[in-house]
Amino acid sequence: MTDPIPQTGPLIDIRHLSVPLPRGADRPFAVEDLSLTLNRGEILCVVGETGSGKSLTALSLMGLLPTNLPRPQGEIMFEGRDLLRLSRSERLRLSGRRLAMVFQEPIAALNPIYRVGAQVSEVFRLHTDLKAAEIREKVIELFREVRLPDPEAILRAYPHQLSGGQCQRVMIATALALDPALLIADEPTTALDVTTQAQILKLMLDLRSTHGTGILFITHDFGVVAEIADRVAVMRHGKLVEIGTRDAVLNDPQADYTRQLIAAVPRLAPKTTAAVLGEPVLRAEGLTKTYKTRTLIGASREVAALKGVDVTLRRGETLGLVGESGSGKSTLAQCVIRLVEPDGGEVVIDNGAFTGLTGSALRHARRKVQIVFQDPYTALDPRHAVGDAIAEGPIIHGLPREEAKARALDLIEAVGLERSAARRFPHEFSGGQRQRICIARALAVQPDLLIADESVSALDVSVQAQILELLAQMQKDLQFGLLFITHDLRVASRICDRIAVMQRGVIVEQGPAAELFANPREPYTRELLSAVPGRDWQDRPSQGQQP
Amino acid sequence: MTRFWLIKLVRTVITLWFVVTFAFIVLRTSGDPVVALLGADAMPDEIEHFRELWGLDRSLFAQYVSYVGQMATGQFGNSLRDSRPVLEIILERLPATAQLGLAAFIIAAIIGIPAGIVAALRRGRLTDRIVMVFAVFGFALPNFFLGILLILLFSLYLQILPSSGTGTFLHLLMPSVTLATFTAGTLARFTRSAMLEVLEKPYMRAASARGVPFWQRVLFHALPNAAIPIVTVIGLNLGQLVAGAIVIESVFAWPGIGRLLVVAVSQRDLAVVQGLVLVIAVTMVLANLIVDLLYGLLDPRIREGAK
Repeated sequence: MTDPIPQTGPLIDIRHLSVPLPRGADRPFAVEDLSLTLNRGEILCVVGETGSGKSLTALSLMGLLPTNLPRPQGEIMFEGRDLLRLSRSERLRLSGRRLAMVFQEPIAALNPIYRVGAQVSEVFRLHTDLKAAEIREKVIELFREVRLPDPEAILRAYPHQLSGGQCQRVMIATALALDPALLIADEPTTALDVTTQAQILKLMLDLRSTHGTGILFITHDFGVVAEIADRVAVMRHGKLVEIGTRDAVLNDPQADYTRQLIAAVPRLAPKTTAAVLGEPVLRAEGLTKTYKTRTLIGASREVAALKGVDVTLRRGETLGLVGESGSGKSTLAQCVIRLVEPDGGEVVIDNGAFTGLTGSALRHARRKVQIVFQDPYTALDPRHAVGDAIAEGPIIHGLPREEAKARALDLIEAVGLERSAARRFPHEFSGGQRQRICIARALAVQPDLLIADESVSALDVSVQAQILELLAQMQKDLQFGLLFITHDLRVASRICDRIAVMQRGVIVEQGPAAELFANPREPYTRELLSAVPGRDWQDRPSQGQQP
Repeated sequence: MTRFWLIKLVRTVITLWFVVTFAFIVLRTSGDPVVALLGADAMPDEIEHFRELWGLDRSLFAQYVSYVGQMATGQFGNSLRDSRPVLEIILERLPATAQLGLAAFIIAAIIGIPAGIVAALRRGRLTDRIVMVFAVFGFALPNFFLGILLILLFSLYLQILPSSGTGTFLHLLMPSVTLATFTAGTLARFTRSAMLEVLEKPYMRAASARGVPFWQRVLFHALPNAAIPIVTVIGLNLGQLVAGAIVIESVFAWPGIGRLLVVAVSQRDLAVVQGLVLVIAVTMVLANLIVDLLYGLLDPRIREGAK
């Protein structure tokens, strides 16, 4: 970590910032009486869970608060001006020139109908008098600086032709175009793969030391904080809980809430495997699947998503499938459950062939395999009461209505909700509670195999920890096989007995979690492991003890 | 790319064949054209002679085959009524309808699209509600009724606009405004919802963060992205414009193909009706082809998919 650039007075001075919520919201303020400063060339990480007000703080700085919110109170001093009291034209002069922002969804943050080059050039066209040819030179130079391959081709590309990591580099290039004093980064690496995340974090550190930009970095991930922060501010329910240097907050947190959050951060500590394993519930052999896509030049191209994958999973065992986006892990899951038809290979579930089944035989066999998806907000029908949603599966598979209802109630209790939840509707629950409901729904038909496809990736760390615990507990009670798909090695290490690393449609390495982490054989596994954010911090012996 | 166009072409031909066949079936099953032409009191030998003259004495299948052949080669035949070539009759009337349709379309676009944009930008406020009330009014009010109201007001009471006929800009005003109301209302609604969706997108926020001024964001970042649903609605509404023209031309005595169609149908002038149906169908198919092309122009992702 490089030393912060010498400072003279804070770059940003937030004093008593409050962002009121509209009447009828669950609390009066989204951000309440927040005061903090950010120095020149400093990286301040603002950490918090969903609803902590961290993003709204960033949006107040940029003047981008949703228009349905009342005006924020307090002041945000920047270069002698109060950002909350700028006129519209003053704001336009500052935005993109002195203040810049990078967003969470890099592909969605670029306008899909314009070439990438044109969008980056826009900043120069708006704020400088440079000619088109000069702007082009500048943009290419920027693309080089953020280490985009083949800058001239990227200039002409459309956003959908680039990867998420490339788009985020383009966004960072746009943000840095006019050398802003402050860069606000709102979860800039959350949507990216771990190795890409590691590269982007390194890029931001480099840019900070070459440009001296102050960076307000919003994240929910303490691993990222450990990699990048000079100072850390922890927020909860719109209030500042704790602020201090990175080492102070991470290693010696003062507030209880901070301690809880840090304790919930999944660590790269493989669990020791349960001794007794049952019969195999899943045997997949030689699964292949090829998708046809189109490339940048428009030629048709075939992508082999699965190239002859073999997987075996036993009753009571958890197999982690880890890999980056495009590695084929989700395709594998979808082939196993036959949401996608594999081109070749065989799937045997509970000693019965699953591939090749059609009609009622397939419907019947489907009961044995259930899946829990990533986004609990879209996975539940908003018009079905929770109890009905859970009972629906068993009823379809022939259980009398009364028994199905009773089973639903038992499951609701088993996943840690009140029995009265059965009569309520999905929108009345939080994300974590909804994921519990999804798990109950999947387990209602008593599957032999449960597939969890990034099922905890969208959840806050503390909730994530609870859901992982719930899955482990339910597995212990019901002895199903669990195929756990994740991009996060820390999460995988917490729950999986065995881990299979996927890359470009093949399992490159698999083995017991402890062994795989201790002695990775493949370079790719090693690369994945070293990209895990905050590893050095978590490996410190003093860290991670329960408070 | 060639495959894309081949598929489009084959589809177009099939659509036109369906239309032509449908017109044939409907016209032959809805009464005897000769009786309709000559009147119920015509002498039997007169009728017989007429049948022979127009080939109506042959079997239906033979009639169909020769009819499809003629249509495919662009020979629409002669009018049963006054024996003039159908094509000549249609071409004579087409400019009037084209003028009316184009004027109505321009009015609808000039009113509907900006109204939709403003409504989206002022979502939930008074402006939004007023625009939406007018939009509903626009497509809920039958246009013959609106036409009559306008004639009452501007021609009979105020006496500032001609109630019928063609020739000057003033003649064009009432019919085109009447014809435009439905499309304008629909466009306003769809523009509003398309804009609302786009305005929420992260790239709009990113554009603000770059310091792009408000109207530039709306016109250059939001509107082109909202254009796809808007263009779709325009394509679909072209049918409405044609259907509307039939009514409007009757109300305002506008000498276009709409009125020609009404007269030809009531007189069972088969050749003219068949020719008109084909002309209208070709117009619709072409309009939809242009819409497809516009999709590609508007969105690079669709352009790529078409290759």
